[in-house]
Amino acid sequence: MPKITIDDIPIEVPEGTTILQAARMIGGDIVPPAMCYYSKLKTSGGYCRTCIVKVEQGSEKDPRPMPKPVASCRTNVMDGMVVRNITSQENLEARAGVVEFLLMNHPLDCPVCDQAGECHLQDLSYEHGKEGTRNEFERREYEPMDFGDTIKLNMNRCILCYRCVKVADQLTDGRCHGVINRGEHAEISTYIEKAIDNDFSGNMIDVCPVGALTDRTFRFKSRVWYTNPVDAHRDCDKCCGKVRLWNQGDEVLRVTARKDQFGEVIDNEDGSTAWICNDCRFEKKHLNDWVIEGPSDISRHSVISANHYESLRSIQKTTMKMMGAKPHGVKFELGDGALDPNNQ
Amino acid sequence: MLTNRSKQVVKREMTWFEKAYFPAILSGLSITIKHFFMKKATVKYPEVKREFAPVYRGQHVLKRDESGAERCTACGLCAVACPAEAITMTANERKKGEENLYREEKYASVYEINMLRCIFCGLCEEACPKEAIFLTDRIVPSTFERDEFIYGKDKLVEPIDQRVDVSKRQTPAVLEFKKDKHFKHNKTYLDKMLGKAKKH
Repeated sequence: MPKITIDDIPIEVPEGTTILQAARMIGGDIVPPAMCYYSKLKTSGGYCRTCIVKVEQGSEKDPRPMPKPVASCRTNVMDGMVVRNITSQENLEARAGVVEFLLMNHPLDCPVCDQAGECHLQDLSYEHGKEGTRNEFERREYEPMDFGDTIKLNMNRCILCYRCVKVADQLTDGRCHGVINRGEHAEISTYIEKAIDNDFSGNMIDVCPVGALTDRTFRFKSRVWYTNPVDAHRDCDKCCGKVRLWNQGDEVLRVTARKDQFGEVIDNEDGSTAWICNDCRFEKKHLNDWVIEGPSDISRHSVISANHYESLRSIQKTTMKMMGAKPHGVKFELGDGALDPNNQ
Repeated sequence: MLTNRSKQVVKREMTWFEKAYFPAILSGLSITIKHFFMKKATVKYPEVKREFAPVYRGQHVLKRDESGAERCTACGLCAVACPAEAITMTANERKKGEENLYREEKYASVYEINMLRCIFCGLCEEACPKEAIFLTDRIVPSTFERDEFIYGKDKLVEPIDQRVDVSKRQTPAVLEFKKDKHFKHNKTYLDKMLGKAKKH
C-alpha cells in the first residue's frame, strides 16, 4: 500500500487511489475543491483544474518534483509522494487563477440564480477572493433552454464540467444530451432541443455544480436559505426513495437527492448511489407523500443553516462533558438517554 | 450618622417680605417673558422641515434605473439581512416584452416592508447587490390602522416621473463606477438596445 503525505499529513491508501480521493480520506481543509470530478460518475474529472495540487516529490524511487501543478482527481498516488495543497502559496495562487478563468464567461447573476447559496462556484470564488471580475470583454450569451417541462438549462452559467453528460450517459438510456461545438463555442445541448424524458434525468440538476441546470418546478419559488431542508423517504419502485425535501412551512418546494460534505449524492447501504427518480423529484410535492426523518445536517457555515435550529442533541453532549462522564446520582430531566454515558 | 453629611431640616417662619409673594411672582414672570424673545426650540413640522443629515435613514424607496426599469430582482438578500424580519417578497419571472419594466429575468411581484417592524438600521440597503433599495430622508407618516403600515410596491417603488434622489447615500467611487457603461451592470435596457443596433 503506497504511503503518501498531503500537507504534512501522512496516510496509507490502496493502490490506484487518486490524490483527491486520498485527501478526502483525510478530510478537513486540505481536500482540494472539485468542480468537475464526481466520485459517483465514471470517467468524470480532469476538465476544470480547480483540484490542482503541487507534487513536491513524485515518489520514493524518483524524488523529483512534478514541474507543474497536477489535477489531483486524475493523478494516482505513488509510494512516498509528497503533495502540497493549502500549505503551498504557489498552489493557492495557481488555483485562484483557475477560478478566474472559470468565471470569465460566468455571468455574475447570483441574485437571480436559483443555485445561489448552494453553488460550488460561488463558494470557490469567495474563498479565493475572486468575487469581482477583471474581464473587459463581452461574455458569451445564450438563450435559456428548456429540457422538457422540468429542467431549465441556462447555458450562460455553464462551466462545461461534463457532469450532466456523464449522468445522461451512465444513468439514462437513449441519451440525447451532450456537448456540441468546440472550444469557446462548446455548449451543452439536447439533440435539436429534444425533451429528456428518462426516469433519472433529473439527477443532472443535482450534479450541476453551478446554476446551469435548475429545477423548473422550483424556479424562482424561493431562495434556498428560506427553505427548511428535511430528510425524508418513501417507497419508490424506481429508486431508493431517500430524498431531501426543501420546505417552506407545510409546502414542499423542491425535492433533491441527499448530498454529503463534498456535495455529492450519498451512497445507499448496499454501496450503490442514492440517485432519485423523476417521479420522486418532480411529482411528489406534498408532505403526505413522504415519511419525514428529521432535519438535514447542514454545515453551520452554510447560508442555508441561517435561522435554522438543530435538534437538542447538543445539550446532551455538553452535559456529559461537563460532568466528566461521572453521573453521580443526579437525575436530570433532559429527555431520554441524556445521562447514558454511551449516548455521547 | 455614618457620613457626617446629614443636615437638620428647619421649618423656618417666613418673613413679612416673603409672605407677600409679590417679588417671587415678578421674578417668575420675568423668566416667562424673557422666553418670548428667545429663539424657539421647535419647528412647525409639516410646513417647516428640519434639515436632515445626509445619512438619515427614513422611509425606503425601491429605485428604478435610468430608463425606468425596476432594479429589484427579488434576490432576498435584504430580507435575510433584516434583523427585524420586516421584509417579505415573492419573485416572479419576467415575460418577453417586459424588458423595459424589469431589469433582470426575475423581479419581485410582491415586495412588502412592515414599517412597524422596521428599525431603520439600513442593513437592507447595505445588502442589496442591485442598488435597488435605499433609505431616504422621508418620514414614515403615522396612521391609525396597523395594516396601513405594511408598505407594498405601490408605496415603495419610486414613481417614474418623481424620482427620489439618493445620490447622497452613495459614495463618490460608486457614482463614478456607475457612469462607466462598459460594464453590463450599468447598462439599462435602452443601452443594450442601442448597442445591438450599432452592431448591425
